[in-house]
Amino acid sequence: MDKVYVIGRDAIPQFLRMEAGEQLRMTFVALPGTTARLALEVEIAGPGCDLDLAAAYVCSGCDDLRMNVLVRHTCGGSTSRQLVKGLADGGSRVEFDGMIYIAQDAQKTEAHQESHSILLSPEAKVEARPQLEIYADDVICSHGCTSGFLNAEEEFYMRSRGIPEEVAKQLQKLAFLAPVMQRLPEDLGRELYESIS
Amino acid sequence: MSKILLEIKNLHAGVAGKEILKGIDLTIREGEVHAVMGPNGAGKSTLGGVLTGRPGYEVTEGSIVFDGKDLLAMSPEERSWAGIFLSFQYPVEIPGVSITNFMKAAINAKRKAHGQPEIKPGEFLKLLKEKMALVGMKGEFARRDVNVGFSGGEKKRNEIFQMAMLEPRFSILDETDSGLDVDALKIVADGVRALRTPETSTIVITHYRKLLDYIVPDVVHVLKDGRIVETAGRELADRIENEGYESLNG
Repeated sequence: MDKVYVIGRDAIPQFLRMEAGEQLRMTFVALPGTTARLALEVEIAGPGCDLDLAAAYVCSGCDDLRMNVLVRHTCGGSTSRQLVKGLADGGSRVEFDGMIYIAQDAQKTEAHQESHSILLSPEAKVEARPQLEIYADDVICSHGCTSGFLNAEEEFYMRSRGIPEEVAKQLQKLAFLAPVMQRLPEDLGRELYESIS
Repeated sequence: MSKILLEIKNLHAGVAGKEILKGIDLTIREGEVHAVMGPNGAGKSTLGGVLTGRPGYEVTEGSIVFDGKDLLAMSPEERSWAGIFLSFQYPVEIPGVSITNFMKAAINAKRKAHGQPEIKPGEFLKLLKEKMALVGMKGEFARRDVNVGFSGGEKKRNEIFQMAMLEPRFSILDETDSGLDVDALKIVADGVRALRTPETSTIVITHYRKLLDYIVPDVVHVLKDGRIVETAGRELADRIENEGYESLNG
């Protein structure tokens, strides 16, 4: 299954249970003007499952976005990936609470989580709380979390080639969100693109 | 004598309150190649940074006139549109931005600034292929992200490729020879030579004479502690090779 949801616009399930061999690909998007909460729990209850979650957000003004994602591996031999990328501008506030839980019996699980954000204004605030709770001893697990600003060296390099400052910044933002954007259907991809322009 | 393209007068500049350039005078005419040599920390890269408007460099005194216009009043992109190009000593990696998209944005920005329509896709591809061939780059090169995972030689060739695409009137090659083996150096130098016209000028910033065997300068300047301490013909480069910078008065 391949599902795409716009946070604050679409109805999003709060709990999903994956049985043996199920594949699930979910992509979430938050566009400017979003004040909403995503609360999602996915239980991986059978072997041979693959869960692929990704989210992109573009927040500005006084947007307030909360994302609580819990991936529970209660059975071993499955894989899960989470990728969250977003831009926070204006006085927006973003919270990402991402938990990977691996039960004692869930051996041979592979689970990864990454969250990356770029702050576009000094007033914007992103809080990321990646958490791992692992009770099995034969698993592959990782999490990575970064928060930063647009790279000034990249920007000067582009400007020195004649690319105007605003276009350079836009290219940087698009490049940053690209791994999630390329999962979107064309119309939603365009909507996200235009929200950055 | 040909027309003056760049005129630097009594240029004082620095970073974070520390003066690095302490009064530079330099006049470059159309068609000329000037070499700027000097030891580490002399201010060579600062000169390149000030000419291209790199943020963080402050000009405290003096003037730079390029093609009759006040260069210091222009933004980095305006300087590019006017025909200034810097080949970076350390080219920047831009993950997620392909060479094709990067160059298309650059060329169209320049065309827009000159009141021209956007380049047609077919025309752009033709130009891309032609200029890639000039620096010996293969087809997949255009699809790669700018400088990401490039070897030192590929990064420098990419700089010359961009120079070829943008056809600047005035190029600054900042240590383009550093980190290059002889073959890569030759490709880069051949590229630069192929782009020379009677109207274009070049500053070659280098430590060593080697590059100047390929890109032969009309004038050689030695920069030491923020000042040009000696100016002469190409024979000055030979003298430095033999005697080092210490022999020159700073």
